[in-house]
Amino acid sequence: MIRFDHVTKRYPERGEALADLSFELESGEMAFLTGRSGAGKSTLLKLVGLLERPTRGKVTVNGRDLGGLSQRQIPYYRRELGIIFQDHHLLPDRSVFDNVALPLLVSHMGRAEMARRVRAALDQVGLLDKERVLPTALSGGEQQRVGIARAVVGRPSVLLADEPTGNLDPDLAREIMQTFRRFHQAGVTLLIATHDVALITAMPYRTLTLDGGRLLIDSGIW
Amino acid sequence: MARRRGHPLRSPWAAVRVWLSHHGRSLLVSLGDLARAPLASLMTVAVVGISLTLPATLHLATRNLAALAQGWQESAAISLFLSPGLAEPETQALAEGLARRPELAQVRIITPAEGLAELREYSGLGGALDLLPDNPLPTVLALDPAAAVAADPTALTALRDTLAKLPGVDQARLDTAWVRRLHALLGLGGDAALLLAALLALAVLFAVGNTLRLEVARRRQEIELMAIVGATQAFVRRPFLYAGAWYGLFGGVLAALLATLALVWLQAPVGRLAALYGTEFPLQGLDGRTLGALLMGGPLLGLAGAWLAVGRHLAACAPR
Repeated sequence: MIRFDHVTKRYPERGEALADLSFELESGEMAFLTGRSGAGKSTLLKLVGLLERPTRGKVTVNGRDLGGLSQRQIPYYRRELGIIFQDHHLLPDRSVFDNVALPLLVSHMGRAEMARRVRAALDQVGLLDKERVLPTALSGGEQQRVGIARAVVGRPSVLLADEPTGNLDPDLAREIMQTFRRFHQAGVTLLIATHDVALITAMPYRTLTLDGGRLLIDSGIW
Repeated sequence: MARRRGHPLRSPWAAVRVWLSHHGRSLLVSLGDLARAPLASLMTVAVVGISLTLPATLHLATRNLAALAQGWQESAAISLFLSPGLAEPETQALAEGLARRPELAQVRIITPAEGLAELREYSGLGGALDLLPDNPLPTVLALDPAAAVAADPTALTALRDTLAKLPGVDQARLDTAWVRRLHALLGLGGDAALLLAALLALAVLFAVGNTLRLEVARRRQEIELMAIVGATQAFVRRPFLYAGAWYGLFGGVLAALLATLALVWLQAPVGRLAALYGTEFPLQGLDGRTLGALLMGGPLLGLAGAWLAVGRHLAACAPR
């Protein structure tokens, strides 16, 4: 569950990115977040991931007020999330396996269990045969799928994605969306920021449209 | 969501084992990182090593001089110059009387003839001495004070004054002023070594700190990513702390080697010098305490430097 109560985020350099925003996403819901670039999509995701804190208002995730989390608690909170980036943020000098294993490594998981989980995650995105390869040897679509495997390997309850299909051709983009639908069916809460309107109108999911940091349209729960 | 979290049925011992294996891995990985940039690592190790060598060498020099001075202190002797014309039996009686005193360990009579022979041998005035019409030297009683008295400068002076008043004694000489001066100088040397050690410890801190600061900047993307996927600050900091400790350890080993090398190099000239004084003076090498200080202090300094450098950068990664 993700809930925003009158959230405002102001940057000193460029003013308000989010203005008095309120909405609620049910647990296990899948929703798109759309709007022109600069509408506040990335800022919203950063607030959920606690990469930034709101200037005013309250963000609640899984029933927990994020404003009440101390610096020490943040890492443990982040392990409940999976985050997918547009430019996938893979480490170029580590193998696909090591990249995907990163979230498990930081939580001190044993080697055997780690290997099992990494292979399961790679299997879900169809890259089981590429575990020894360096990310630079993969195509753009494959790199994005490695990023997805890394986001889900810790079995997060909430998955955030920022323009996950931004650099991909329509076929690959649809493929990625199919992967997300499978996670949705498995009970994960998903919030996907994208400006690819053609893609989301073809799918029966709730869409939040931002404009100038405000909620312009909420298509409602499907 | 509780259903999908955590590691079910993991025993406490298994958790400890995983944690230990992670530490061991970090230790090795940080060593590997050092080896991947050998030139940069070597330069940092060299700076650390040389910084630690200077105070270590000064400390060794002071210690050796102190050992040398200790030998002189123990031989702090009192020379009694007897009145000229004191007859042989009276001299003998005086010497025997002195030998019974508890303050004195040993009494030796140096006759004028023996004194002249000694002078001829050590002064290099052989030819000139031959020109003297007769032996101008008085009989001398060389006294070794008992150990308890020798260690106490006040008691030595008092003893000297008492002996000077004995009949038949012309002059009593106790030459300890220079020994005291030497000890003051050695004390100064020791303090200088400490001061130098403190200053150069700061240098080590900054050298390691700066190297790791660059390393943190180089791996910024990786660090941010680890923070995003839920790494604690301790986890992110750990490999850098280990790297700092490695730099310190290798620097300490280098310093121990350099200090030993300096001693070996000085051994020959010191030996020649000692031979000129008719003695032997084996230089004392690196003792266990100094070695321990280098091998423990080095890594601790490296660790502290790493902590300072990395801590500031990590704080910058916190959510704004």
